[in-house]
Amino acid sequence: MDDIVVSLKNITKRFPGIVANDRVNFELRRGEVHTLLGENGAGKSTLMNILDGIYQPDEGEIYINGKLVEIKNPSDAMRLGIGMIHQHFMLVETLTVLENVILGLAEQGLYINKKEISKRIEEVSDRYNLCINPSTKIWQLSVGEQQRVEIIKTLFRGAQILILDEPTAVLTPQEVEVSFEIYKQMIEEGKSIIFISHKLNEVMDISDRITVLRKGKYIGTVDTDKITEKELATMMVGREVLFRLERKPHERKDKVLQVSNLKALDDKGLLALNGLNLEVFSGEIYGLAGVAGNGQKILSEAIAGLRKVIDGKITIAGKDLTNASASEIFAHGVSYIPPDRLKMGLVPNLSSVDNAILRRYYKPPIYNRHLINYSEAERYAKKLIEEYDIMVPREDAPVKLLSGGNMQKLLLAREISEQPKLLIAVHPTRGLDVGATEFVRRELLKQRDNGVAVLLISEDLDEIFMISDRIGVIYEGQILDTFDIKEAKIEKVGLLMAGMKSEREFSEQVCSTV
Amino acid sequence: MTSQSSIFVTLSSTAVRSGTILLLPTLGEIFAERAGILNLGIEGMMIIGALFGFIAGFVTKNPYIGFVVGMIAGGLSALIHAFVSITLRGNQIVSGLALTIFGLGITNFFGQPWINRKFTIPVKDYAIPGLSKIPYVGQIFFHQDLFVYFSYVLMIAMWFMLFKTKLGVHLRAVGENARASDAMGVNVNRNRYFWTFFGGLLAGGGGAYLTLVYAPFWLDGITAGRGWIALALVIFAMWNPLYAFIGAYLFGGIDALQFQLQASGTTIPSSLLNMQPYLLTLIVVVAATIVLRKRHIGTPRELGEPYDREER
Ligand SMILES: Nc1ncnc2c1ncn2[C@@H]1O[C@H](COP(=O)(O)OP(=O)(O)O)[C@@H](O)[C@H]1O
Ligand SMILES: [Mg+2]
Repeated sequence: MDDIVVSLKNITKRFPGIVANDRVNFELRRGEVHTLLGENGAGKSTLMNILDGIYQPDEGEIYINGKLVEIKNPSDAMRLGIGMIHQHFMLVETLTVLENVILGLAEQGLYINKKEISKRIEEVSDRYNLCINPSTKIWQLSVGEQQRVEIIKTLFRGAQILILDEPTAVLTPQEVEVSFEIYKQMIEEGKSIIFISHKLNEVMDISDRITVLRKGKYIGTVDTDKITEKELATMMVGREVLFRLERKPHERKDKVLQVSNLKALDDKGLLALNGLNLEVFSGEIYGLAGVAGNGQKILSEAIAGLRKVIDGKITIAGKDLTNASASEIFAHGVSYIPPDRLKMGLVPNLSSVDNAILRRYYKPPIYNRHLINYSEAERYAKKLIEEYDIMVPREDAPVKLLSGGNMQKLLLAREISEQPKLLIAVHPTRGLDVGATEFVRRELLKQRDNGVAVLLISEDLDEIFMISDRIGVIYEGQILDTFDIKEAKIEKVGLLMAGMKSEREFSEQVCSTV
Repeated sequence: MTSQSSIFVTLSSTAVRSGTILLLPTLGEIFAERAGILNLGIEGMMIIGALFGFIAGFVTKNPYIGFVVGMIAGGLSALIHAFVSITLRGNQIVSGLALTIFGLGITNFFGQPWINRKFTIPVKDYAIPGLSKIPYVGQIFFHQDLFVYFSYVLMIAMWFMLFKTKLGVHLRAVGENARASDAMGVNVNRNRYFWTFFGGLLAGGGGAYLTLVYAPFWLDGITAGRGWIALALVIFAMWNPLYAFIGAYLFGGIDALQFQLQASGTTIPSSLLNMQPYLLTLIVVVAATIVLRKRHIGTPRELGEPYDREER
């Protein structure tokens, strides 16, 4: 008999307007790594949030070690030995590692015995070689380190069932390898792991079994050694997928963007860009790789005119536009796809029409005799919606009701239609399904073929390698190196993302960051 | 002691008492805001505490009972705000403003029969052995009544609780990141309810101290905007209980000075004098904001934001 620790039966969860889980089944055996595979929006996080007590299922049953249970909140889950490392970390940034670890723990008394707890945290940290100093504040840690704090938190609580929601999305390739070692160690100690991902190669590497979800539905469970990557992809997407995008040879022409010796501060007032140099030419996609929080966001904001720089120079098509306003920069041919479409790219409560005209409501023909000509605006919006095949319930419905993919299409359509010289795209495919992702990548390639200079900032290394002509690596506010795509190696780029030049330096570095 | 220095001591010790009226609500609001609840109803809660504390003190002839009743009245009124902003997830600004208007209204109604009545039972001062002998400082800070001592103890206890205990970590966490706190098994709503109630207790206490000790009579609108000053002092204190007294006693000093000036028949128009605290509030808030920017200390991150587990 197999030793089944978790069994989810016919779980259904509805959110307004969507069935996120539709009669899903899932089973975890003791000592296995069981992957939950599915596209963005397939319902993986929802299912696991139900197991962790964050969401309540509308229907279905949960069995832990064979017993029917009701998990009303995360404390219940904790008592059952379930610990979840969320896709978006559950850490309080202004608190220290230690304070985050004891948050919600029932066992301790009122007064915090820092010494004793620190010692226990260090024990856990040493056992798994996690190298975390308990008295550091969370915001001072890199994303990879924050993830290790999350691991410590769950281990500290004695979790036997670990849920890891897309843990590798924020790590460099080498860090992924290290974390896989940690998971293996946990398995050896008798723990069981649910691993969530949509990256097929990783899934094949780490898991014993795989359960596939698609659009909220349970598709099936397979043994890893009895299936190929290609078959998995078909299960996941529901049709065959192409792994390669066709691209024409790249013709590099004039220099469009030149950034020299740029220095800028982040919101906390710390130096986020530290003398950064960068050039992007027309007709190329320049892919900027880096671990989140190394200055990518600040750089994109500085170029788009959304953040003042304290030193250095930004030249666009030969014109010095350092610290120019956003509208001035836009007028000089810069379009911008910000990292967060709902916070910066679109106005969630306004309609598709209003959002479509944001770049031209003040120009004729839409702006006419001091008023906005709405029939003209609607005509323009309809044109974009048709051309880019955007699915909207109605043109006057607020855009927050669109799916992620359609929001991104609308945003992309609006920005590209301005015929920019430079297009800055930050995480343009984050959270999109395979279809929408492919659409966005094709569109970026089309722009490049039309002679636009494209600066692509992405956390997804595969994406960068797939469509870029040149690849730069950003680390602590500087570009460490730039490669032509033909010479770029993913291992080398991965090491540079961690700020290191060689494998040896990497293995030495792992524990010296304390 | 020369007469000049004795004026200084008298004035300063009045300043401490006047400052206590502000210190209590400021401390309460610091904790409420740390937990993520912005309560613009301080003025309302204070005046509710002021009236009901006064009535209770008057009826029982006991200022201490009056003070406790004032606190409870303030705490109960805070629960209205807690219900609207935590359970109903309403807009905290609107709810807080409504609470202030409600407080002013209800005390206007129930206070009619009490207008210009005096609370004549004096509150005793106690000299703290040893400390009260320190020149100046002893006279100013350690020759006070029990309410003032209560505020000293409270301030230090609150600081200790906030930074040294698990309860404090929970309190800070729910105001910074409710979702993470929830995921770690901290009961967000229970924490927020409790600290909002706590804020109301102290606001009510501040009000009661005003009508039982500082200006021991009832007048319509007697809090005269002190609730708003307390709100500014929270920023000035950078959400740290230990810094709360600085601003509170500063404003207490101005209040005491103004009282003195008016009593001595100055030629400065009283409307100008009355303006002072508000002008200073403005200056203080602007200055504090600039300092905060420089030192990268911010408002509790989720201040004023309702939390819903199933929402994204
Ligand atoms: N709290 C929520 N409120 C409303 N809709 C949600 C919520 N959480 C998830 N959804 C929706 O449910 C679907 C599944 O989401 P999710 O479980 O996050 O997918 P995955 O983790 O597989 O990418 C998506 O369409 C998403 O928009
Ligand atoms: Mg997810």
